[in-house]
Amino acid sequence: MDKYKALIGLEMHCEISETNTKVFSASANSYTDLANSNISPLDMAFPGTLPVVNKEAVKKSLMASMILGCGQPEYMYFERKNYYYPDLPKGFQITQETKPAPVGIYGKLEYECNGETKVALINNLHLEEDSAATTHYDNYSTINYNRSGVPLLELVTEPCFHSSDEAVSFLETMRSIYQYAGISEADSKKGQVRCDVNVSLMDVDKDDSDPNNWGTKIEIKNVNSFSAVRDAINYEINRQMEAKENGTYDEMEQQTRRWDEESGTTIYMRSKADAIDYKYFVEPNIPKFKLSSEWLEEIRASIPELAHQRKDKYMNQLGLSEFDSKILVKEKSVSDYFECILDNGIDAKTAANWVTSILLGNLNKLEKDIKDISLTPKMLSDLIHKVTKGEISIKQGKEVLLKSLEENLDPNKVIEELGIKQIGSAEEIQAIVLEVLSENPDAKEKYNSGRTNIIDFLVGQVMKKTRGKANPSITYDTLKKELEG
Amino acid sequence: MGYMNKSIKEIHEDLINGKVTSDELVKEALEKSHELQEKCNAFVTILDDAEGVEVTDNLLSGIPYGVKDNYSTKGILTTGSSNTLKDYVPFFSATAIEKLDKVGAVKVNKTAMDEFGMGGTGTTAHTGIQKNPWDTTRICAGSSSGSAAAVAAGVYPYALGTDTGDSIRKPAAYCGIVGYKPTYGMISRYGVFPFASSLDHLGVLTRSVEDAAIVVDNMKGIDPKDMTSWDSKGINLYESLENNPKGKKVCYVKELCDISNYPNADEELKLHLENFHKSVDLCRSLGMEVEEVSVDRDLLNASYSVYVVIHSAEASSNMSNLTGIIFGPRGEGDNYIKMMKDHRTKGFSPLIKRRFIIGSYVLQKENKERYFNNAQRARRLLVDTWKELFKKYDAVISPVGIGPAKKIDELNKKYDTNTVALDEQLQIGNFGGFPSITIPNGFVNNLPVGINITGNCYDDINVLNIAYSLEINMNYKGQIAGGDNNG
Repeated sequence: MDKYKALIGLEMHCEISETNTKVFSASANSYTDLANSNISPLDMAFPGTLPVVNKEAVKKSLMASMILGCGQPEYMYFERKNYYYPDLPKGFQITQETKPAPVGIYGKLEYECNGETKVALINNLHLEEDSAATTHYDNYSTINYNRSGVPLLELVTEPCFHSSDEAVSFLETMRSIYQYAGISEADSKKGQVRCDVNVSLMDVDKDDSDPNNWGTKIEIKNVNSFSAVRDAINYEINRQMEAKENGTYDEMEQQTRRWDEESGTTIYMRSKADAIDYKYFVEPNIPKFKLSSEWLEEIRASIPELAHQRKDKYMNQLGLSEFDSKILVKEKSVSDYFECILDNGIDAKTAANWVTSILLGNLNKLEKDIKDISLTPKMLSDLIHKVTKGEISIKQGKEVLLKSLEENLDPNKVIEELGIKQIGSAEEIQAIVLEVLSENPDAKEKYNSGRTNIIDFLVGQVMKKTRGKANPSITYDTLKKELEG
Repeated sequence: MGYMNKSIKEIHEDLINGKVTSDELVKEALEKSHELQEKCNAFVTILDDAEGVEVTDNLLSGIPYGVKDNYSTKGILTTGSSNTLKDYVPFFSATAIEKLDKVGAVKVNKTAMDEFGMGGTGTTAHTGIQKNPWDTTRICAGSSSGSAAAVAAGVYPYALGTDTGDSIRKPAAYCGIVGYKPTYGMISRYGVFPFASSLDHLGVLTRSVEDAAIVVDNMKGIDPKDMTSWDSKGINLYESLENNPKGKKVCYVKELCDISNYPNADEELKLHLENFHKSVDLCRSLGMEVEEVSVDRDLLNASYSVYVVIHSAEASSNMSNLTGIIFGPRGEGDNYIKMMKDHRTKGFSPLIKRRFIIGSYVLQKENKERYFNNAQRARRLLVDTWKELFKKYDAVISPVGIGPAKKIDELNKKYDTNTVALDEQLQIGNFGGFPSITIPNGFVNNLPVGINITGNCYDDINVLNIAYSLEINMNYKGQIAGGDNNG
């Protein structure tokens, strides 16, 4: 690999999941519902239907454009991309071409890869509609139009990545941005994120500012998870390197390939010569509209706190370690959960400890997602309070947490059910303390003569009587008062 | 003596005064529909189940009308006169239809048209040719052929049309009636089968300017389902009508209207232009200022090519949804490509297929700049030229077509290429979205001919008022094909 440098470009398609309705129709933007239940005449291209632009989708895409440091257009246009496919009922997709101007053009984004800060170059970002979802069986295919018209953001980068690590780190950063900015869940398991990857190899000794030296661009379509992006890039780099080594690289034509998950290889689809001519033209049913500077400013001002900003806050204002802060901000849902716990008055370090090691550790073990648990931040906060106040021990707290996660129970219920509730009332403990003292009549004298460690023995006696249920710190304090009194 | 040959206001008064009921009107309109169907083949569907409704203050309530078969009508067959949708029954109505339903207008038939509005002859409907009620050996022109024939024959006072090139305004002229398309976006296009979206207008065919104003008042309005529609709440066309022609400034284009442009002119063209100049004289005598203006002949000659390129491109894309998979008859074949191909091969007329090929060709990467982009530029030049005229004039007036309706069996006759610019010039009204109205202005060889008045966007009232004054001072208002006033 020393002789060559890989040039990798990405096309990241991400559905905007956080609008109520689709990008050009009024049906619900929720395609995981019962198949073909969120559809309108437009989504199935019934004659005479017309697109109406969803302002919220435009707003979210402009926000993404701003976060990516892209330029925003003066006017919004949409274009038709014409082709026939069963998942495209209109026979064209409403999208944006690079010219006149999509929702974002020429941006830059810093991202971290293996501890280093790098810069990704964005060519453009455009807003378009998703196609219907097709599922192919042996003798037939099914089409689900719930997905037809779901707003989709397509992000196109320059070939600015040089390894699969960089490409995947960038994609993870983007996912985090989409989540934090309230644009999308960006969940590839739900099919919300889909990527195309371009890979070429250049000789390392050549000038990389001249695109002629960049090698032959190979496009790999339909890479639908980040791990597949990693595998596809690594596979393709190796494949192209072999071609370099055996002298066949220069014969390779510009081509489109497809990632085959099963074999872990890329498979030839078509050469550039067979590229589809999409016959773009401006969508006549959507008049171009001017983006006012006031609206753009409003959007800019409403960009929520992003992951890196939260991380800085955790480290600099809350005094958390970089390690913990990183874990906390990796998923917005985790960070939000954590912040709710802070809002409930738990100290930052305690909260961070509970979330990063105890909660996430258990979730990991149980293979559950924080978004799917019934344990609310309020419930966890109450549990933490019980531990810090000494009503239950930390060991018991952890036990309760695990059980409530396993069985979707309120921790209070678990405490009751397990009967592990501590004896926390001062009167109850006082009674037991007096009982213990009366059984050890010389204790007070020993204590006051300097053998203060006798108190540990007495605490032990109280615990024995209560089978460990007495609150240790209250027990200690009560004993101390009695012995000194 | 029936009622359907009267004006909307007259019929409304008769309804209010109890001279006739809505049911009786519907019955009469249906009878006349069947008569005309025999004679001219004007309809795709006659709604024999139609019933009268309660009469209200609204002038259209209880009165029958016709709907061009490219307006979606909920629960009623809507074919666009195409085999690709020959059994299609929409489950929603066009916004314009909903509005007319609401005020109590009564649909009695769906009128035949050139397939999907493409074509100007009324000969390409899947149900056959529409014949001109004035002379059944002649065409009505298209694409609103059935609507024009039915209004001219007195089936009802008005029928809806659509106009992408001149599809309301030319059949109106050939059938001796009024055809009006308001400014682009005044009436929502939602639910109307698209042909070329940037050129498609909705409008109406009537027998008077007043009726046109009344109907459009009831169809127009901003629609959240059509982003190109605009708010015209402040405009009431009917109430704005006034016969006050003095001081209006109109112009006509020398390169189109002067007989010297046509050295090979036939008798009909000569008479048609003479008749037009009589109307010009009438304008002057009414106190309007009329001037002859000059427009670059090359630009005028480019107009028809511009029209073909743009509408073919948009149509090829707009009709890509007609695959026979979700709606329309399923094609045969063992995969979806073969099924679609079979559906489209069998479904479309040769004329449409030709235009799809042109449309695809001009959008191809290697051709787009030369054809499509240049057509857009020429469109802009033509619109700018007309807008320049509107700075000085209230309207541009012109003869419609190059004479009266052509004979059906002479459609393939070689035509004089010098006359193309004149024959097709109403398309400029679609390029710019201008309000444009045709009214009858006389007869050539006992066949009606028309004059067109086109004004600037949003200036519909001015355009209608010029037409209104001319109409009052001519003798063709309310004329019925084969009626007393025949030539």
